[in-house]
Amino acid sequence: MWIYEKRLEYPVNITRPDLKMAKLLMAQYGGPDSELGASLRYLTQRYSMPDDRVKATLTDIGTEELAHFEMIATMIKQCMQGATCAELDQAGLAGYYVMHDHGVFPVDPNGVPFTAAYFQCTGDAIADLTEDMAAEQKARATYEHLMNMTNNEQLLEPLYFLREREVVHFQRFGECLEIVQGIANGRSSCSCRNARRRRP
Amino acid sequence: MEQEQMAMLQKIGEARFTCVELGLYLDTHPEDAAAMADYTCYSDKLTGLISAYEESYGPLLNFGQCNMEAGSWVHSPWPWENV
Repeated sequence: MWIYEKRLEYPVNITRPDLKMAKLLMAQYGGPDSELGASLRYLTQRYSMPDDRVKATLTDIGTEELAHFEMIATMIKQCMQGATCAELDQAGLAGYYVMHDHGVFPVDPNGVPFTAAYFQCTGDAIADLTEDMAAEQKARATYEHLMNMTNNEQLLEPLYFLREREVVHFQRFGECLEIVQGIANGRSSCSCRNARRRRP
Repeated sequence: MEQEQMAMLQKIGEARFTCVELGLYLDTHPEDAAAMADYTCYSDKLTGLISAYEESYGPLLNFGQCNMEAGSWVHSPWPWENV
């Protein structure tokens, strides 16, 4: 169950079209290290986690990523607002326009559509959490690359916010990895309501 | 969107963000009493801010989370529109 809140996690209000950035922002909308990939990765992996703290973290970060997916969609939409066919063509978005008009479809800047192959769920908590930490770092690097491509303050502000969230999520996943490594090594007990039932 | 409404949304955003951040910390530190006290404080503040906002500008949350007068969920501004 999810409840939608009718506001963005952080404000976005882009008043001038910026087609170059609309195209580049698609990296974080439908690319391999996108917010969509992040959300689906964590919400998919949580079912095989052995500890309640880790289930909670994956659920809550997976949910926050959906709010980031919405922020990126808003940035792309507003960057394309009112653009003519000629302007879209000049910005390298003719192919995008033919297939999606001014809709916001999850592709990367090169037009490659989003796929579930961008993330894994091995069912192995250590493998999955290690992937999650790498995913946060890759997204942080992508945000830095995006910030290097623009001087538009209306874009930079939400991008700073989103970059910072990657750093915090990386920290939380690091703590989750320590928790499951502790369980694997028998150092700490599993924080799980059903743990006793599972053991013979 | 009028100035007053934007200012209220800004305050809600700040309180919600504090709750999100403390919530993630509490996910991996559920026994941290000081963090839990902070969370409760901001959660109470957020509830009050949302009620006050909804009274003037319509629902922020649907699915039974708030009092929804006819059409107010549908017709209030959607977040991806320019303010």
